[in-house]
Amino acid sequence: MRTVGSRCFGISILTIIALLGFAMAQFPERPITYIIPFDPGGESDVTARFQEPHLQELLGVPVTVTHRPGGGGAVGWSDFQRTARPDGYELIGLNIPHIVGQPIQRADAGYTTEGFEIITWFHFTPNALIVRADSPFETLDDLIEFASENPQVVTMGGSGTFSANHLEMLRLEQEADVNLTYIPFTGTGPLPAALLGGHVSALMNYTMLGVQLGDQVRVLAVASEERVAALPDAPTFRELGYDIVGGAYRGVAAPVGTPPEIIEVLADAFGQVNEIIRHQQEPLGFVMTHYTGQDAVDLVQRVGEDYGDILRPGE
Amino acid sequence: MELLQAAFVQLLQPQMLLIIFAGVSAGLLVGAMPGLTATMALAVLLPFTFTMDALQGLVALGAVYMGAIYGGAFAAILVNTPGTPSSIATTFDGYPMAKAGRALEAISAATIASVIGGIVGVIALLLLAPPLARLALLFGPAEYFWVAMLGLTLIASLSGGSLLKGLLGGTIGLLIGTIGVSPIGGETRFTFGLPVLQGGIELIVALIGLFVLPELLMMAARGRGALADVTVGSVARSGFMKMLVEVLSKPGNLVRSCIIGQIIAVIPGAGGSITSLVAYNEAKRASKHPERFGKGAIEGLVASESSNNVMVAGSMVPLLTLGIPGAPPDAIILGVLMLHGLRPGLELFTTSGMLAYGFILSMGLAALAMLPVGLLGGRLIYKAIVKTPYNFLVPGIALITILGTFALRNSITDVLIMFILGMTGFVLKDLGIDSAPIVLGLILGVIAEMGFVQSLLRGAADPYPILKLFQNPLSWVLIVLTILSVASPYVAAHVKRRRDSRNGGTPA
Repeated sequence: MRTVGSRCFGISILTIIALLGFAMAQFPERPITYIIPFDPGGESDVTARFQEPHLQELLGVPVTVTHRPGGGGAVGWSDFQRTARPDGYELIGLNIPHIVGQPIQRADAGYTTEGFEIITWFHFTPNALIVRADSPFETLDDLIEFASENPQVVTMGGSGTFSANHLEMLRLEQEADVNLTYIPFTGTGPLPAALLGGHVSALMNYTMLGVQLGDQVRVLAVASEERVAALPDAPTFRELGYDIVGGAYRGVAAPVGTPPEIIEVLADAFGQVNEIIRHQQEPLGFVMTHYTGQDAVDLVQRVGEDYGDILRPGE
Repeated sequence: MELLQAAFVQLLQPQMLLIIFAGVSAGLLVGAMPGLTATMALAVLLPFTFTMDALQGLVALGAVYMGAIYGGAFAAILVNTPGTPSSIATTFDGYPMAKAGRALEAISAATIASVIGGIVGVIALLLLAPPLARLALLFGPAEYFWVAMLGLTLIASLSGGSLLKGLLGGTIGLLIGTIGVSPIGGETRFTFGLPVLQGGIELIVALIGLFVLPELLMMAARGRGALADVTVGSVARSGFMKMLVEVLSKPGNLVRSCIIGQIIAVIPGAGGSITSLVAYNEAKRASKHPERFGKGAIEGLVASESSNNVMVAGSMVPLLTLGIPGAPPDAIILGVLMLHGLRPGLELFTTSGMLAYGFILSMGLAALAMLPVGLLGGRLIYKAIVKTPYNFLVPGIALITILGTFALRNSITDVLIMFILGMTGFVLKDLGIDSAPIVLGLILGVIAEMGFVQSLLRGAADPYPILKLFQNPLSWVLIVLTILSVASPYVAAHVKRRRDSRNGGTPA
């Protein structure tokens, strides 16, 4: 009898566990689509490819990376806000400051900054001020000094208009009270040639480019709070007396209205994946982050406020 | 040299050879499908390379890249559709050849040209990388502007009949190119309040719309497939040897096309679409029978296909030596390099020589692999197309192009745009305005705009910023080439007239 009783007890316990497990394991039970609103080959895409196999392993369902590029991400984001179902099976990559700047800049961006349920901001690529190795500007001070005597002569290449790069240069102008000339390029691809060929005096781009170009270039300053592991010799703007911290954050979002427990499952998975791929991404100049929940929303707001006066002139 | 040998030996392992063959075959299929691009193929392949070692991963990517650029020729020859943007010029003579019952010959010629181009690119990469890399750096905003201007002069030779109609087509293309978020300034243009138009008109969508759809409508209207009349027994032979002799008998054309391909390949961002058009144009200008071009001239086909395959290895020059991706697929290869902790630069060849040389040589092997894979695959695709009755073929191709258009950006809007452009293209063609100038305008408009505005911005501190366009020796060279290109037909005609009149006046 005793054995039967304990067996019954055991079975009921198992049933309870199984039921609980069932309730919790309901998500995910079918493949997840992970939309990248940029072309294949960019940082967003490559990161998603890093994440994909580990996400599949952790979540137990296939994760399909697809692309919906155009308009600096806006085409994908506006589509997503219009059509995606809030069930956790459709996710999209997000970028700061893009989702902050575009709706302010464009009358018809087709989406709102607030219209996402942010799962996590998983990494940060700080801006970096890069010059050629043989540039006369040995330090940031050299460049600022020259620029204050020669307004508009220093040309600074960067990726896109009102991008993280552009906004950072505008902030540097404000902070240092100088007048520089910003030259936008389409994406990061053409920037190395522009700098190495002497077509611009400096670049405001991301730390990754500083790592990638190695000793062909000198990184005068990075816009992170602490020095970046992959560029130990490059000082931060703060060390040099300019209160500039900024760059691009990348993250992932679900549609507004997605149940919080699903968001939590996804946030955990992305967080764990971040730890797995840390050793691959950090040496390239990425800074791994994990802003979730209210922190993630606050980050968007903080960046929005930081850039607000630059993006909305006259307000 | 020993390093080179050692690098070569490691490629001869069966596993490596298998990767090369599989990569070329897969690339060929992707390239032959309109809408599926080399970039997309590499992006899909990327996660698989994570499980391979660095060399295997790079070899796989290189082989797929090579195969995809070559595969574009099949669709170009057989259904008048550039499978990839770099095979636009292949349609000009490839399709007329196919229509005349010489499809297999065209495929053979394209294959031979591609193999030669691919190998030339590899040799140039091995021997000339440092000077070519320096050349790449000379191209600044002003030079890009002039390159685009030089490119626009191609309209003269691409517009079959009337120059005016060609220019009109080019202007339409330039206008289409302005739709979307402007490359500089970031404001939206001509989107009519539709968020989805922020992305602009994708080149490949325009290609499919302007090239394929009118052709399909034509086929449907005629009530038979364009290639249906070629199934006479005699063309079952591919004419490979005949083509080999024919292609090699004009070494000047090959050399010229390969040099053009190599130079444009190192200019980051110019890309294969321009490469093949320029090579085609020059082949036509140099030819003693320019009137045959567009009607099935093998030289035109060879110029296009050899130059675009030079570009595959050729664009690795700025990538491997400077870390500059010259074309979108190169960005993915750069990603793989960085992932394995390999920093591009000349020291890549010294510190990781086995890997760098292994990768380069593998592209040569991939080019060679195109010969058997392409001839066999080409024959299969050809048979499939010819054996299929037109009333299955036309809807079948239409379906594939719709799928390809959709797959490009997962966008139903793109399919809609493709249809609209297709109908417009059909009407325009009827009015005598060809698709090629429109596409040329679309490609070059953005490059010209970027170069122009960036040049003016660079001169922000000068009293006359516009002078930035005229300050570098390379700009001068490009300006002279542009003027020559515009003036040469008139000068040639003038000289000919004078010679004729002189000969007529004073008989020797």
